Amino acid sequence: MTQLDGVVKPKTKRSKRFLESRAPKLTEDVKTAMIMKGGNASQTVTQALRDIYSLKKPNAVLYKKKNITRPFEDSTSLEFFSKKTDCSLFLFGSHNKKRPNNLIFGRLFDFHVLDMIELGVEKYVSLSDIKTSKCPEGTKPMLVFAGEAFDTDNEHKRLKSLLIDFFRGPTVSAVRLAGLEHVLHFTALDGKIYMRSYRCLLKKSGCRTPRIELEEIGPSFDLVLRRTHLASDDLYKLAHRRPKALKARKKKNISHNAFGTKFGRVHMQKQDLTKLQTRKMKGLRKRRGEMVAEDQEAQAPKVVKVES
Amino acid sequence: MAACSVEELLVRAAQDEAEKLKSISVQKELELHFDIGNLLACDTNRVEVRDFREQKKEDFLRSLARDNTQLLINEIWKRPTERLEEAIVTKLPEPITALPREKPAPKPRAPTKWEEFAKLKGIQKKKKTNLVWDETAKDWKRRWGYKRAGDDTKEWLIEVPETADPHEDQFAKRSKAKTERVAKNEFNRLKNIARAQKVKLPGVGLTPTPQQSKEDLARAASVARTSTASAGRFQDRLPKEKPLKNTGKKRKFEPLIGNFSTEKQKQLELLKLMDGKRPKLNVTKAVNKQMREEDREEAAAKYKKRAGKKGRKGSMPGKAKGKTAKGGKSGGKAVVGGKRRGKTGKR
Repeated sequence: MTQLDGVVKPKTKRSKRFLESRAPKLTEDVKTAMIMKGGNASQTVTQALRDIYSLKKPNAVLYKKKNITRPFEDSTSLEFFSKKTDCSLFLFGSHNKKRPNNLIFGRLFDFHVLDMIELGVEKYVSLSDIKTSKCPEGTKPMLVFAGEAFDTDNEHKRLKSLLIDFFRGPTVSAVRLAGLEHVLHFTALDGKIYMRSYRCLLKKSGCRTPRIELEEIGPSFDLVLRRTHLASDDLYKLAHRRPKALKARKKKNISHNAFGTKFGRVHMQKQDLTKLQTRKMKGLRKRRGEMVAEDQEAQAPKVVKVES
Repeated sequence: MAACSVEELLVRAAQDEAEKLKSISVQKELELHFDIGNLLACDTNRVEVRDFREQKKEDFLRSLARDNTQLLINEIWKRPTERLEEAIVTKLPEPITALPREKPAPKPRAPTKWEEFAKLKGIQKKKKTNLVWDETAKDWKRRWGYKRAGDDTKEWLIEVPETADPHEDQFAKRSKAKTERVAKNEFNRLKNIARAQKVKLPGVGLTPTPQQSKEDLARAASVARTSTASAGRFQDRLPKEKPLKNTGKKRKFEPLIGNFSTEKQKQLELLKLMDGKRPKLNVTKAVNKQMREEDREEAAAKYKKRAGKKGRKGSMPGKAKGKTAKGGKSGGKAVVGGKRRGKTGKR
């Protein structure tokens, strides 16, 4: 479809709108995720996929049927699906003897796989196992990453970026303070990654900022890193390239000094200094006779006009 | 007594304040990295594995999460807030974390052949009014499209020109001309797309033209000749028919045996040409290049002149008229002089 984008001429307004919604944009929409399971998926994996779908809900597509494909061996079918549903994130769950309870997080750039990271589920508690009140659907979560592995290890770094991309939700300009309810906490520890989801209770602390209490709501995962497929450096760089139109242009003639004071150049008309009012003093007061003479001088052309 | 109580009160107030802050302050060795635009916090502190093993796992994780969330919340609460329909709202800054795009940035559309030509010649788009006065209807009507002014397809009577064939259907002629114009436009559109995508197109043979020139006719004849099952191999030539210009020439080879003097001479000539330092001048190409350049310069100069007068371009016919009249009065001579100079340069 991308090759023919220039050639396909929409015949109706509706199809035109549709093609426009799919076309690349300067500021992009929220990334949507497709969540699917492989040929064999255990109860845990199916439940996990469903729970992650409910976390991601308005921006996700849950595939109901099995898709017999192995993303690490052949990603063409994933690319096909992403084109169909215009999704650029995917989560693939499968289960087999060699890799039990397998989740593959991945993202695509220009309908081609950029990163894929395979995670094994060691322990899993679902959303419905914990009987507490949950967060409303579509809440923008607060993301917290802990552990030095996320800062040092290359694969963990990429995983962090992928998880931020996956769970961050829409970019918003403002947020309601009381609506900051959901916390997703990722901890890299002991070669494992602990993902926990908490509801955040804002308690009174006596000052403006509230005290936080957390209550686990699930789903919670203990994950181990398995295979990874990371994009090459130049492709990764290409995917990060910001279009020129989005870059902030430098404003001319405005500067700041070391203290952050703003300086600008102001253009003014030349001031007429002849009409400047200086200090009034008795001694400098014009006399009657002089004033008349001055007036005549100033309005000479007018006088001439009257005479003629 | 009174002074003492004041001091006590102050101390107590300070303690209270400290206690209040205690409940929301968290000690960390390294500061967390925040990206408030994404509501994101990254804790790079080392997590003590021993603590983790000794304590209950879930409790440890929860306390770690609590501390980190508290820090994130503190950071968010520092930002200015405002009231918006009964809710307290914080403005979020732009996200800092660099994340890959979903699709590459949109590319600007490639210019069409006309746009390229217009740029070369410095032709600018003129804004036309949407409505024009229709004399017959005595009303303002659209310039183009449905219910347009002066719609010649809606006429119920057409005068037959004196030179035209009286039995010819003038209505059919008009509609045919219209369909042909539409087809030509579509064809050009497709050519532009092909050019933009750098697709090599096969030759299209003959395209319909309103007035066929001598060359067109000759091409048509040659196309007709080769349009047989045997690609024109057994087609007879007409008497006095000349072979078409610019058609493919059959390669001719030198004989393998016999006199080699011609071959030797050719090879020597070629070597001489290659050995010579002076490059051969393609006069036509050079002249064309020069002319193109001059055209471009002229167009650029014209464009600059127009751009200087920006904002005064009126779509109103009255205004435009006034402007041209003014131009004629003041700078008419200068313009003529400039043009002449340009032409002499071309020659």
